[in-house]
Amino acid sequence: MPTWPTDRLRRLPGSAKPSPDGPLVLLGRDGRRRVVMAADAHAQALGIRPGMAATQAHALVPDLPALAADPAEDTAALHRLAQWAQKHYSPIVAADPPDGLLIDATGATHLAGGPQAMLAGLVDRLTATGIQARAAMAATIGAAHALARSKANPILVACDPGALVDLPIAALRLPGGIVAGLHRLGFEYIGALEATPRAPLALRFGQEPGRRLDQAFGRRAEPITPVTTPDTPQIHRVFAEPIAAAETLALCTAELTAALCAVLDSKCLGARRLDLLFHRVDAGIAAIRIGTAKPARDAKHLARLLCAQLESIDPGFGIEAMTLSAPIAEPLTFQPATSRLGEAPVADIAGLIDTLANRVGTAGLYRLTPVESDIPERAMYKIAPLAPPTLLRWPPNWPRPPRLLAPPEPVETMALLPDNPPVQFTWRGIRRRIRRADGPERLYGEWHRHEAERDAVRDYFQVEDETGQRFWLFRAGDGTHPETGSHRWFLHGLFG
Amino acid sequence: MSDARSPTALQALRARIAALEAHGQAPRGVLPFGVAALDASLPEGGLLRGALHEVAGGGQGMLDASCATLFAAGILARCPGQVLWCLTKADLFAPALAQAGLDPDRVIYVEAADDKAVMACFEEGLRHGGLGGVVAEVARLSMIASRRLQLAAERTGTLGIAVRRWRRPADAVDFGQPTAAVTRWRISALPSAPLPVPGVGRARWLVELIRNRAGECADFMMEACDETGHLGVFANLAHGSLAPPAGQRQAVA
Repeated sequence: MPTWPTDRLRRLPGSAKPSPDGPLVLLGRDGRRRVVMAADAHAQALGIRPGMAATQAHALVPDLPALAADPAEDTAALHRLAQWAQKHYSPIVAADPPDGLLIDATGATHLAGGPQAMLAGLVDRLTATGIQARAAMAATIGAAHALARSKANPILVACDPGALVDLPIAALRLPGGIVAGLHRLGFEYIGALEATPRAPLALRFGQEPGRRLDQAFGRRAEPITPVTTPDTPQIHRVFAEPIAAAETLALCTAELTAALCAVLDSKCLGARRLDLLFHRVDAGIAAIRIGTAKPARDAKHLARLLCAQLESIDPGFGIEAMTLSAPIAEPLTFQPATSRLGEAPVADIAGLIDTLANRVGTAGLYRLTPVESDIPERAMYKIAPLAPPTLLRWPPNWPRPPRLLAPPEPVETMALLPDNPPVQFTWRGIRRRIRRADGPERLYGEWHRHEAERDAVRDYFQVEDETGQRFWLFRAGDGTHPETGSHRWFLHGLFG
Repeated sequence: MSDARSPTALQALRARIAALEAHGQAPRGVLPFGVAALDASLPEGGLLRGALHEVAGGGQGMLDASCATLFAAGILARCPGQVLWCLTKADLFAPALAQAGLDPDRVIYVEAADDKAVMACFEEGLRHGGLGGVVAEVARLSMIASRRLQLAAERTGTLGIAVRRWRRPADAVDFGQPTAAVTRWRISALPSAPLPVPGVGRARWLVELIRNRAGECADFMMEACDETGHLGVFANLAHGSLAPPAGQRQAVA
């Protein structure tokens, strides 16, 4: 987040907020000089850079709006942002002062629909609230840090560590003095520094350049200490001896879940999301995150959801502590069972939905409900499996096939224009002679969605061949006017 | 069957066998088709709930299973409760299921990555017990897998239907392999009856009961599911008269 301090101030509520457009700079002290600590995009466009003397900035832009910088409050706000990100993206999130967030996305991207989608969603959400952001995903913290600040525009998913070699050495998280010294020696890029022998470097600059290089290329571990939210229901357990066996882990998971459910019970809460963190002896942290469709505090059910993912955990040399927390918890109180006289109560399938959602992902679990559109491809949309009944129905009288080909497949036909069904057609190399046909059912393009559909027409026919197979064919165009379509024939569905 | 002499003894024997087989499982209901000939050929007088059934298409239907899908939808339409539909390839068109009587508010779809995940979801659904029925579109169904599913269905009384569907016609020889399913059906399209006006009439199916535990196999020519999920009895309009009394079995070569 290149302009975090100014973006943060603009998001303040009330009259203290600076004006939304126009430049803004934050002034602070560097020794005895007054310098620009942060400048927003408008100010940077006017030539003001962080680190510039305050008097120079005022000389460049007369009556420049300037506020006092408050680095402590910036860092505190960054921690609050990290807590928000922890709730929504991944169990392991840390603030990376002065202007970044670190997110360990291992095993957390599937809930957001993949790495690309997760980064795009994160950047979109931040931009929508007025925070400029760039995001990069890489194998190590060092690489992600460097790429997010230099190459990401605005997102980047880098799989190979070679992406680092042509970045400037300033991206390596080195102190300013060392960077200046390396520049003086002629080192511009990380690749050049990586290829140099270590001993002379260490002699001149100490261990720091070697350590940062090793961290960026994954030769040295760099654990993240995740942020914690104080009011999150949480259970932490430290073991006398490191544990590693799968059965022991499952047993401890069940114990932790039972303890957490007791805490939730005392607060009348139910968990919507659970994070289980495994602290390894080598200071690494592995995590499991599960979600539930409805608030739940059934210890057995939650433990089963967690244990289903235990196999993805690598215990390494052993696990010395485990933390179970419920970052999203919602009120769960007793509800009267609604039952009609003489009828069996409706079974609760929320537990099953949770199990399946944690197996196939929430995107793969849905109900389909009608949309008011004649175009078959748009006739439905997905809703949550436990959404209340929509009571919407498709119009019952038009024949619709149980299998729809997406996209429709072109077929070779022989048909009389303008409105006769084909006499025969060839699909996937097999010629079929049509015995019976019904149609046309004319569907018009939806001009209110796309300009290109303004004149488009499809004429649908239900046809039956000699063996009784039924097909749903359509002709693009009305058979008379060329602007309504290409007059080619397509197979769109298979009837049963 | 020669049960004319001592029907009561035979019934008592059947009841004893059923009690032995049940050994403490959920009581299993029966879902009749409402077609006399079909119900008569099934030993319980209808499709057994709390059991696994297999349905596949014939001919082109081996690949798209469109008739088999509608057949399964028609069965589930007549069966109360939520329905879980597990699939790998999302080419199912929901309005057609609604036209077979299956209310869209009742169907929950699970789109899994591969056959293995589909089988896991299928078993999970059967094991839960709160659903009316579970359908899975699978290609391979081994004896061991089907046995697991059958046991899960027996325990909870949930109706399980495996819609068999293959990617290549050559793979469909797999359908000859034995499984633990209680019944096995093959549904193929038949030419519909010519109408007096141009158009396409109600679809007709050749419904083959290929495997039937404790019963005989049979073939039926039926009219496809109506909007309530009921199969129709063949009315032979071609000759201007109705076919012989409802549900007459017809031999098909």
